Amino acid sequence: MTDSAGTIEIRLEDLSKRFPGQKEPAVESLSMEIPKGEIVILVGPSGCGKTTTMKMINRIIEPTSGRIFLDGEDVTKVNPDHLRRRIGYVIQQIGLFPHQTIAENIATVPKMLDWDKKKIADRVEELLEMVGMDPGQYRDRYPKELSGGQRQRVGVARAMSADPDVMLMDEPFGAIDPITRDRLQNEFLRLQEDIKKTIIFVTHDIDEAIKMGDRIAILKERSQIAQFDTPERILVNPADDFVADFIGRGASLKRLSLSRVRDVELHQWPTAQEGASPDEVRRVLDASDKSAVLLLDSQQRPLRWVNADHLGRADGGHELSKLGLPAEAVVQPNATLSDTLNEMITARYSTAIVVDADRAYQGIVDIDTINETVRTMREAERGRLRPEQTADEEDGQ
Amino acid sequence: MPDTEQSNLDQKTAALVARGAPAGRRRSLLGYLFMPVALGIVLVLVWLSISSRELDAAEQNRLALDYILRMTWAHILLTLASTALVLLIAIPVGIILTRPFARTMTPPAIAFFNIGQAVPTIGLLAIFAIAWQFGFFPTVVALAAYTSLIVVRNTMVGLRQVDASVIESARGMGMTKISVLSRIELPLAVPVIMAGLRTALTINVGTATLGAFIGADCLGRLIVSGFSGNRPYITIIGGILVAVLALLVDYLAGIAEDFLRPKGL
Repeated sequence: MTDSAGTIEIRLEDLSKRFPGQKEPAVESLSMEIPKGEIVILVGPSGCGKTTTMKMINRIIEPTSGRIFLDGEDVTKVNPDHLRRRIGYVIQQIGLFPHQTIAENIATVPKMLDWDKKKIADRVEELLEMVGMDPGQYRDRYPKELSGGQRQRVGVARAMSADPDVMLMDEPFGAIDPITRDRLQNEFLRLQEDIKKTIIFVTHDIDEAIKMGDRIAILKERSQIAQFDTPERILVNPADDFVADFIGRGASLKRLSLSRVRDVELHQWPTAQEGASPDEVRRVLDASDKSAVLLLDSQQRPLRWVNADHLGRADGGHELSKLGLPAEAVVQPNATLSDTLNEMITARYSTAIVVDADRAYQGIVDIDTINETVRTMREAERGRLRPEQTADEEDGQ
Repeated sequence: MPDTEQSNLDQKTAALVARGAPAGRRRSLLGYLFMPVALGIVLVLVWLSISSRELDAAEQNRLALDYILRMTWAHILLTLASTALVLLIAIPVGIILTRPFARTMTPPAIAFFNIGQAVPTIGLLAIFAIAWQFGFFPTVVALAAYTSLIVVRNTMVGLRQVDASVIESARGMGMTKISVLSRIELPLAVPVIMAGLRTALTINVGTATLGAFIGADCLGRLIVSGFSGNRPYITIIGGILVAVLALLVDYLAGIAEDFLRPKGL
């Protein structure tokens, strides 16, 4: 306990909330420790009290009993307005002020903290760039002139304006279309690698929890913790039937979103250069056990799949690079195996082509690779769980 | 890449909105000029009619320019004073009634303001005249009593329609209740509150005419004296002048509405 004192950012002690006129408490004596610099996800079915729990941390909802410690300090009774200025807050509807420009919105907390004008302007600039929006273009716009995804980014920028150590996020990506959501989630994870905030993140979506969380707390009714652990361990070893039910079937599939292409060993596929003659390509094809050759351009970028049929036609005078089938299902090393599998299923030859940042060919991932990964992951987690009972040596990173 | 496609699209929509906004916000120059020009023409016609007509002594008395100007000014004062009184009472009351602690007070308060609107103004004037005094002040109070409900109600509606998530995010960032009210809720409620004030103002201009019955100076005097002296011409001129003033006031309130509406809405 003592050696971890400095690494605990938020501690909830016996926290309860009973709303007037309700028999059951919404949250009942919840105790929890949230480590510094991690994303902790509160996930559970609707009505389980996860949002109430989160809102008690910045005391938007005042706890009925129990105590809240922020960085070792008991904040249960401090001035709630001053407390909230130290904690970033993002809600699903974002709640940008429609009558204020983007810059004014972001400057809300710094202004309350009496920063000077120059410092505020610089900070607004920095934050807009951080969330990938050009300050010159967006600073003076009003929220209604932005798309949903842009508003969400501004919401995150506004929550980070005074550089709080802790951020509370209540389904921050909930009201955004799936494609934009995926992009924003990835951007946010990349951002978090730099800023290392302590984040409490509420969602009802277990897939989002697995993707975003360093740790996940699965909550039952009255905010009782069913399991509080890393996504890997929750998937491999659900604590009880409730957790297993909540994860749902396909835990193995979900696990695939935890590993990335760069973590697995790539296989190789027979390749040939764009300019090669049909005979050369045929030799490559014959030497391999595959039914097609991957054609690369001069920068090693995948172009087309060429099989024996195509080569036959190439003999008839057609150019090789115009024949064959387009090389689809191309993934980068940071893609999750789950995304890769998805690409693979629809692709020809059940293969995803892996390229580097310059789109140059690196190798391929096939179904065997994925199969193997799932197996080793399960074994590794099982192995890690056994010594776990006595000591927790994980999380050294 | 899809990324740039997306932001291209965003820019296009943003450009559309940005261009669309000012048009919705303010009228064209022609739109602004139409009303004052039309009212000016009516006034010129009135003046031509008066100066080309042979007036008897009573008419000369009532339609003299300085008398009309004095009554018009008194009428404007009645309107402004009663509207100012409404503003001072109704907006704070509307604000208080939307605060959570006042929830139980809301129905009786609304019922109270309802009385003011339900009792005919002419009746209220009569009661004030008998129980209190004749002239300016009872008229101002009667007008304010009649139109307060409108502004109370609009203030409440205006504040309640502010998106709850906007207020929650403001509170969540550590804004105090007072600054949430003054910097977020009230600015966002301005359009609805202004619409209520404009209605109240317009009603007050028209109803101020009734002040003539309890001896308040106003354009109603022309109408009343026309009736009592059997001079329909004076009544008609009085009526036209009240109508012109009411339209002018409404027009000015409309402009104020356009300019006070917060940007970005």
